Amino acid sequence: MTITEKILAKHAGVEEVFPGEFIEARVDLVLANDITGPLAIEEFKKSGARQVFDPEKIVFVPDHFTPCKDIKSAEMVKILREFAKVHGIKFYEIGKVGIEHALLPEEGLVRAGDLIIGADSHTCTYGALGAFSTGVGSTDVAAAFVTGKIWLKVPPTIKFVYRGKPGRFVGGKDIILYTISKIGVDGARYRAMEFSGETIRYLSMDDRFTICNMAIEAGGKNGIIEPDRITEEFLLTVAKERGIFFSSDRDAKYENIIEINVDQISPQVAAPHLPSNSKDVREFAGIRIDQVVIGSCTNGRISDLRRAAEIVKGRSVHPDVRTIIIPATQKVYSQALREGLIDIFLNAGCVISPPTCGPCLGGHMGVLAKGEVALATTNRNFIGRMGHPESFVYLTNPEVAMASAINGKISHPDEVLK
Amino acid sequence: MKTKGRVWKFGDHINTDDIIAARYLNTTDIAELSSHCMETIYPDFSRKVSKGDIIVAGENFGGGSSREHAPIAIKGCGISVVIAKSFARIFFRNSINIGLPIVETSFADRISQDDIVEVDFDTGTILNLTSGETGGFVRYPEFLQQIIKSGGLMPWVKEKYIK
Repeated sequence: MTITEKILAKHAGVEEVFPGEFIEARVDLVLANDITGPLAIEEFKKSGARQVFDPEKIVFVPDHFTPCKDIKSAEMVKILREFAKVHGIKFYEIGKVGIEHALLPEEGLVRAGDLIIGADSHTCTYGALGAFSTGVGSTDVAAAFVTGKIWLKVPPTIKFVYRGKPGRFVGGKDIILYTISKIGVDGARYRAMEFSGETIRYLSMDDRFTICNMAIEAGGKNGIIEPDRITEEFLLTVAKERGIFFSSDRDAKYENIIEINVDQISPQVAAPHLPSNSKDVREFAGIRIDQVVIGSCTNGRISDLRRAAEIVKGRSVHPDVRTIIIPATQKVYSQALREGLIDIFLNAGCVISPPTCGPCLGGHMGVLAKGEVALATTNRNFIGRMGHPESFVYLTNPEVAMASAINGKISHPDEVLK
Repeated sequence: MKTKGRVWKFGDHINTDDIIAARYLNTTDIAELSSHCMETIYPDFSRKVSKGDIIVAGENFGGGSSREHAPIAIKGCGISVVIAKSFARIFFRNSINIGLPIVETSFADRISQDDIVEVDFDTGTILNLTSGETGGFVRYPEFLQQIIKSGGLMPWVKEKYIK
């Protein structure tokens, strides 16, 4: 069996599972946010259920429109807050809250071998820790509040084998954008994406989170990486226990095996309006930009901010480019402060936002006007994603984002550092 | 069960931001969500659509976010069924869970804007009354049939778990 099949079998209480089979699996953690949570709570209440299956296995992270952007979103967060209080569910208030997929691993709520569902498509992020985690809808979450279970169709697995060491200015973001450009936005639809090969050992946890985070952008059900010493070190630092380290059998069956030579991957940029429109940054050189966003559940972690700071240290961003830095969590923010990164950004003319999904989904904290162009370290560049339906979002890594903020146009970091 | 209606035709990779933009997700009100359905790519859609109409699309309908507001907005507009060559997985499960009928078939290619189409869920057939062509689709597996028969996931959970 593959690592994905082993985790599913364990949680379904069976010896073995097969791709295509429907199972009801036990969940270790259920996540909802300020957009999806209120719908789940409505469904839970309508069902007539009185108690949740286990309040310690549910977590509410109001991160999308917080600090609340308007009255309606304040009402939505209020619904979450009050339900959490009644049922004894963990609720992350302003001052503690961060972007959910950066926050949960940091809080030690994810262990290897866990099965996690979240009413947010980027829940697939936790596969980086060797867990099975997948995005579902609000009703799925409401049902899990009652039953502690989720219905799942066991996915076939596509194995990605990466060889070589990432070059300068190439990280997890470039590897996943390049991969999506090869297989398309539905290239892994309904599939488990198993990321493997010698390259993995060169990648930090932050890079691995970035890769698994964007599995959904290829249509994947989950992204997963077999846990190793880097995983173990991370888990033992943040959590009381590391969980169970599953790995794929040598004779595991894969639907497809795709080999990718990482030596050949250059810093990537994905053009509007699909993440699969990714190419070498040089192909887009010179495109004028109005805004740069460095943050999100994809690239708002401490190593992302370090990479961006390295580029802009002692420099200033272009006067015509609004450069918005969003540390993903309070911990990331405070670490960035201690390391002097926040000072570097402020001196360069960037603005620092509190942790929030904010502009990534066109919510607040940097919405685009008609005709404007943004370069962002976020995950989606769909039509109107960051604001006006006639605005444009390019996706990239933190170094390219910051180099471009300095130049006022899409630029390779070498252009700034030379 | 049969349904018949006029077709609204869309292309490949219609994502959930196209179906309903995130800026409208600060409510759970069905009428309000429906009033913004498809607005990003078809500004007048919610005003022009009639009860019983059918959405027909290409590959990977509903990709992107997990927002259940997307199938809710479509259902709230009065759309009776969504026919597509393929569906993104979270949109697929959300539709099953909330009781929005969806049909996966390559016959979607043989259907055009404003065609009148009849879908027979019991026999797995689609009749394009405008062109006279007939197509088929594979019915849902037994497990999903149970959820659909119950009227969605929560009624199914209620039958099974909440006495």
